[in-house]
Parts: sequence; C-alpha cells; structure tokens
Amino acid sequence: MAAIRIFVPRETASVSVGADEVAVEIARVAKAQGASIELIRNGSWGATWLEPLVEVVVDGNRIAYGNVAAADVADLFSAGFLEGGKHERRIGPITEIPYLINQDRWTFFRCGLIDPLSIDSFREHKGFDALEKAFEMGAEAVVEAVTESGLRGRGGAGFPTGIKWRTVAGASADQKYIACNADEGDSGTFSDRLLMEGDPCCLIEGMLIAGFAVAASKGYIYLRSEYPLTRSILLRALDNARESGWLGENIQGSGFDFDIELHIGAGSYVCGEETAMLESLEGKAGIVRYKPPLPALEGLFGKPTVVNNVVSLASVPNIVDLGAGRYASLGVNRSKGTLAFQLAGNIKRGGLVEKAFGITLRELIDDWGGGTASGRPVKAVQVGGPLGAYLPAEQLDTPLDYEAFADIGAMIGHGGIVVFDDSANMAQLARFAMEFCAIESCGKCTPCRIGSVRGVEVIDRIIEGVDRDGNYDLLVELCDTMEDASLCAMGGLTPFPVRSALKYFAEDFAPSQGAAT
Amino acid sequence: MTTNGYDKDAAGNIIDEFGARPEMLVQILQAFVQRFTWIPEDAVRHLAEKLNLSRADVHGVVSYYHDFRTEPPGKHVVRICQAEACQSMGSRKLTEHASDSLGVGMHGTKNDVTLEPVYCLGNCACSPAIMIDNKTYGRVSPERFDQLVGAMRQSD
Repeated sequence: MAAIRIFVPRETASVSVGADEVAVEIARVAKAQGASIELIRNGSWGATWLEPLVEVVVDGNRIAYGNVAAADVADLFSAGFLEGGKHERRIGPITEIPYLINQDRWTFFRCGLIDPLSIDSFREHKGFDALEKAFEMGAEAVVEAVTESGLRGRGGAGFPTGIKWRTVAGASADQKYIACNADEGDSGTFSDRLLMEGDPCCLIEGMLIAGFAVAASKGYIYLRSEYPLTRSILLRALDNARESGWLGENIQGSGFDFDIELHIGAGSYVCGEETAMLESLEGKAGIVRYKPPLPALEGLFGKPTVVNNVVSLASVPNIVDLGAGRYASLGVNRSKGTLAFQLAGNIKRGGLVEKAFGITLRELIDDWGGGTASGRPVKAVQVGGPLGAYLPAEQLDTPLDYEAFADIGAMIGHGGIVVFDDSANMAQLARFAMEFCAIESCGKCTPCRIGSVRGVEVIDRIIEGVDRDGNYDLLVELCDTMEDASLCAMGGLTPFPVRSALKYFAEDFAPSQGAAT
Repeated sequence: MTTNGYDKDAAGNIIDEFGARPEMLVQILQAFVQRFTWIPEDAVRHLAEKLNLSRADVHGVVSYYHDFRTEPPGKHVVRICQAEACQSMGSRKLTEHASDSLGVGMHGTKNDVTLEPVYCLGNCACSPAIMIDNKTYGRVSPERFDQLVGAMRQSD
C-alpha cells in the first residue's frame, strides 16, 4: 500500500503556534501504529486562523483538520484521521473551505498546494512554464505584457511595474540588476513572507522573467532579519533552482544567465524604502538617497536597477502565462488585478485573502474575518501599515482601490488590514506613530528626524491637557511640515495615522482618556 | 585569540567567506551577530583593516542597525512585538507582564535573559507575537508567555 500523504505547514505563523510539534507527533504516532505515511511540509494556504492546519490525502482529496495541537494527534489517529475520519478538529476537504475558494488566487495559487522545496512539485503546477513562454515571446513582448496588465508596485507605492521595467530595459549599461524588496516591515503585513515560504520558486521565476525582460544578469533578494524561517526556506529553494539548472549560466539552454544572491537586513524599518535598501545592499547604513537619479537609471552600485516588491514579481509569471488582458480584467479603475490582503490584529479569522481590487473593507472584515477576535465592536482599522490612516467604522464601505483610498486621505499600501476593537486608545496609537518614526528615522532629513521627536512631545502635552488648543495647532503644523518636506515616506506619511486619529477619534485625546491606558 | 568573546580567527574566516568585499559589510556583521551575538570594538577595528574601510565607516554601519548590538546580550533574548497589530491584541499588557515576570525593563538583561522590543515579526494574524532566541511564537497570552519562558530556562 502506498504511503498516506499528510501535509503539515512549515511556515512562520503555523510553526509559531505548534506546527513543528504536530509534525513530530504525527510521525511518532504513525510509526508506533505501523502506518506508512509521507509527511510533506507545505506552505500555508493563508487561513491563518485555522493554523496549524493539517491535511491528509484520502482518495485524492485533501481533508483538512484545523487548529490541531500536538496533544490532539493520538486522539485524531484513534478517530481514523488517516481515512479522513470524523473529529471535532475536522473541517472537510480543503477545496470546500469558503474562506479559500471564494478568493481570486492569481499570485498565491500554489501556496499551500505544493511542497515549496521540491522543484518537481513546482513544475507539476505550471512552475517555470511562464519563463519558457517569456523566452519564446522575447524581452520586449514581456515588458509590453507587464505594462498592459496594469500591475502596480505591491510594496505600497503602487507605481506601474511595466514603466519601471521599460526604463531599465531602455537604459544601456554593462550591468543591470533586479533587486527584490523583501523587507516586509509594515505591521499587519505578511503576504511576502507567506509567498516566500509557500512558493519560493514563484518569486525566483518572477525575478528570472524580470531579468530576461530588462537584460539583467544578477538579482538580489533583500530579506528582513526578523524572518529566520523564510531565510532557510529561500536558501534551500535557491540551491534547488541552481542545482536543477534554473539559476546560473545558460538557463535551460536558453543562453540567458541569471543568479540571485540573498541578503539579510539588520532590523531597520527604513530599509524597506527602495533607496535605503540599495544602500544596505551595498553594505552601508540604510540612509535614504535623494531622487533623482531614479534607481531605474542609477540604482544598485550606480547601475540601472529594477526594484520590485516580492508580490509584484510573483504576480508576473501568471501575467505572462495567462495573458495581460486576463489580469487587467480583474479589479476596478486604475487598480487592476488582485491584491493579497492580510487580515490582522483583533480579527476572528485572520489570514491572507487574495481578491480583485474593488472589494470593500467591510466585506473583508465581516465576510472573511468574522469581525473582531474579542467580539467587541470595530473601532478603527489601519490599512497599509504603520504609515496608513486609521479609518473609523463608518468608512468601511470604501472600495479597496488605490485612488478611492487616496481620496479619503488613506492608502492601501501593501494590503495589510489591522483591526482594533473599542478598547483601543487612538491617542496612544497616534503617539506611537510618532514614536516609531523617531526610533526608525534614518536621520537624513530634519522634518522626520526632529519632527517625530517633537511630535511625541506635543501629543503628550495634548493628552495631559497642557495648552490643548495651542498644542493642537502646533501638531497640525508639524504634520504639514513633515508631510511636505520629508525626503521619503517615513517622515512624509507618519502624519497620516496621526491626523486621522485626531480627525475621527478626537475624544480619545481628552486628558482623562489619553492618560488611561 | 579571544578577547571579549571575539575570536579573531573565526571572524577572519567569516570575512573571507564573503570575499572581504566592503559591500558585504552588513552581511558580515549579521554573520558576526549569529556567531558572537554582538559586535565588540575589536570587530570594528578588524573589519576596517580587512575591508579597507575607515573605522568611522564601520562604526557608522554598526551603530545604524538595531541588530548590531555593541553590548553582549544575555544567554537568551526575548523580543516582544510592539507594532500596531500586536497592540490591538494586548501586546502592551503582555510587555508589562514580561517586564514584571523577568524583572527587567526593555533593553535590559537580568538572570541571563535580555528583553527587547521588536517592530513586527510578520505574524500579525496570530497576535500578540514574540520571539525567543530566533524562534517566533504566536497567540501569546501572559500564561503562554510564562510557559514558553519556563521551557526556555529548562533547556539550559
């Protein structure tokens, strides 16, 4: 009898709640019972609230069991787990979980499905098909397809990816680079990590296509140091790709050379800003550069460089394979395609939801998220990381569309959605925004370096009730200065959470409220 | 030769693994932290010499990044996420609890345990999150925190 296949994720969130212990226990109990199993460590499907989510393959169907603890395993086996037996942890076939099947999985379609460390598993599910197609299409047609797809930078800035690629392709230089920004530092975001842990070869394929399209022979992945498990998975995936001829010289006989070097960050949030990241890749302090020159023309080591986020690059293979038109048919207005939204914070069913743009926050938070984890009312939602605005419950019907969000003084950013219940103190969160900016500012420009420190002090005075009107005006003026005169988004966007907290949650700045936390 | 836990031979090997390229300075320092847990002054001099940089250049990089500690940490490092998603699930209270139970404030070391803040571990759907010695844990209640710290001490 063939071994029974069992999937247990090896992904940061799953492992953080006991997936490794579950895997060990499954192997132990199976051995004790003389059952023949094959244990596969897949990535996560992104239904994080169900982690550790274990699957057993029965008659070709993957039967899911959610929130499995090591202590449940013996009991699961007694209940006929290997035959998909009934148990309170049993959810049913993975293909019938509404949270997953109601998504538009374009970029994350292999996440959870495959063994991330097996090139064969990747190849069985279309892996590298798009690269082969790109070789046939030619570089110019690839740049054209990415442009037509309407793909915009998923790191947060939303700059059209095709235009960036065209600029680099058109630049003449002896060396060009692809620099993948995997410094996913925004609170509430984990889509880059989920992709790199669950389908690392998808990123490798995206970078290969980018390199081919712009004639770059070298790529870098800049990964944050807070992701040690991601690092070990990526390193092995890069080795696998190299060993099987998908990285290195003359890839699969195409004549195209490309290799990728993994760099690890060192705990600096600003290094997620593209020019600071380039400085860090060059071995220097991550201090923001002036623009121009654009990195597309003078980037890494002064050479033309495509700087793209993980999800942007990982969206490319399917654009090449399925066609730009199909991607562009998803979404609304100038927000084409899908975004991998991340439901985080005080939410009942947190996880990754890849949907076409145009869905509302309310649909995501209620239909997918199931409301707050605490069961209390939603008070505020921060979208787009620590530099994103705090939105009140009344604005949850805003469609997720870059421009619609800009119109209400908010941003979608990298798609992180952090939910707060009514116990949140927005004055303290506004103060935290300034405090975080003071801790993380690279120090190059004055509005950010000094403004953030003064911002904390001014908010403290408002909360303490010291000359409230005067300090309120001062804070607004300080926000204007930071917004208008900072060199990058760190200082330039920190006023967004602060202003929105003042605007929508003024009552939290009353002396008795602010001091209460 | 060992001074302050800095093994110059081992460090030299790490530098050589990176080809003694100045553009690898951040990566070399990261490897030093993995190996020696912190960056002593000896390392700054050594790197400046080997990479043909000024000591000020190396110092500038060391002092810029949070990961490059210039004081030795305790045997264990407990990091508690302070970012927004974790705050929404009670990380401020968890931090107070951690501080009380370990008997030390942020950035302090007591009984060989160093307590530090961290700004996002990418585990925001399992908030609040902490990291103990490079391993991330999610859904950390004060009770679970005590269990994890207990297990950490037992592993000594």
